Amino acid sequence: MSVVLEKLSGKFGADIVSTHSNFGDDTALVRRERILEILTFLRDDPELRFDFAMDLTGVDYLGEEPRFEVVYHLYSLEKKHRVRIKVRLHEGDPVIDTAVSVWPGINWYEREAWDMYGIVFRDHPNLKRILMYEGFEGHALRKDYPKAKRQPTIGPEE
Amino acid sequence: MAVKHVKDGAAGVALTTLESLVAWGRKYSLYPFTFATACCGIEVMGAFGTHYDLSRFGAEVVRFSPRQADVLLVAGTINYKMAPVMKRIYDQMLEPKWVISMGACASSGGFYNNYTVLQGIDKILPVDVYIPGCPPNPEGIIDAVVQIQKIIETGAPRAAERWPIK
Repeated sequence: MSVVLEKLSGKFGADIVSTHSNFGDDTALVRRERILEILTFLRDDPELRFDFAMDLTGVDYLGEEPRFEVVYHLYSLEKKHRVRIKVRLHEGDPVIDTAVSVWPGINWYEREAWDMYGIVFRDHPNLKRILMYEGFEGHALRKDYPKAKRQPTIGPEE
Repeated sequence: MAVKHVKDGAAGVALTTLESLVAWGRKYSLYPFTFATACCGIEVMGAFGTHYDLSRFGAEVVRFSPRQADVLLVAGTINYKMAPVMKRIYDQMLEPKWVISMGACASSGGFYNNYTVLQGIDKILPVDVYIPGCPPNPEGIIDAVVQIQKIIETGAPRAAERWPIK
């Protein structure tokens, strides 16, 4: 087990649901209740120093429970190591704390995840659609979004 | 009937109707507004270039202000987010105006059958001439301009006069 995952498991114990390091890709599945603490720890710990949130994305595992997943891809410019943090969210309550207070740059990724998957980031400063327009119905990358669904055409008043 | 040409410096006389005269002027001075959003736009540039030379048909003066344009040449994929912009540009153009839908994407959405692409600009605009192809070659654009010239010449109703299709 790598240093990153060892430190994470040692610090948060049962809140780290599972970990693996397939092909050297450190990955940790964590519980959403302490996600902010975990992310802040990853950023601030002198041995970890994950100062760069490279990406955040949603995943829709339709038919599984919990259905949704949020994946954080983190990188340390100083230590040159990476980690993936995954959080599973239930369909009826796809809510997770925003990480904008940890990395301001994660703002737009969270808006994208909201736009495409309908994942709500609690306390986000500006949680509105980023790719699609206001008035778009549904969340386009959900697996149950109908392929042939047509959107209402918006436009200047008639 | 043999016509005798006398080079005496006097103006020649031709008899016509006012409508025909106006139509004659219009058909050789179509100012296109190129609404190019994808690879079709490259073919439009080819049509305006020296090899195909759309200016032979009087349609080479590209106007990037809709208020000075006669033909809206929609070349490329139009998605739902772009649609209101295109509609507004069409609304800003002065009558009479014509619309060319160039290529598979503008005409029907093309192979973009997904959540974001408008399935044909005729959902929101009256289209006079469709150009098939993906992308069409410059001859297609020239042909579309000639078709519009025919519409003008014959006085056939524009698509806007039949809009919306019931």
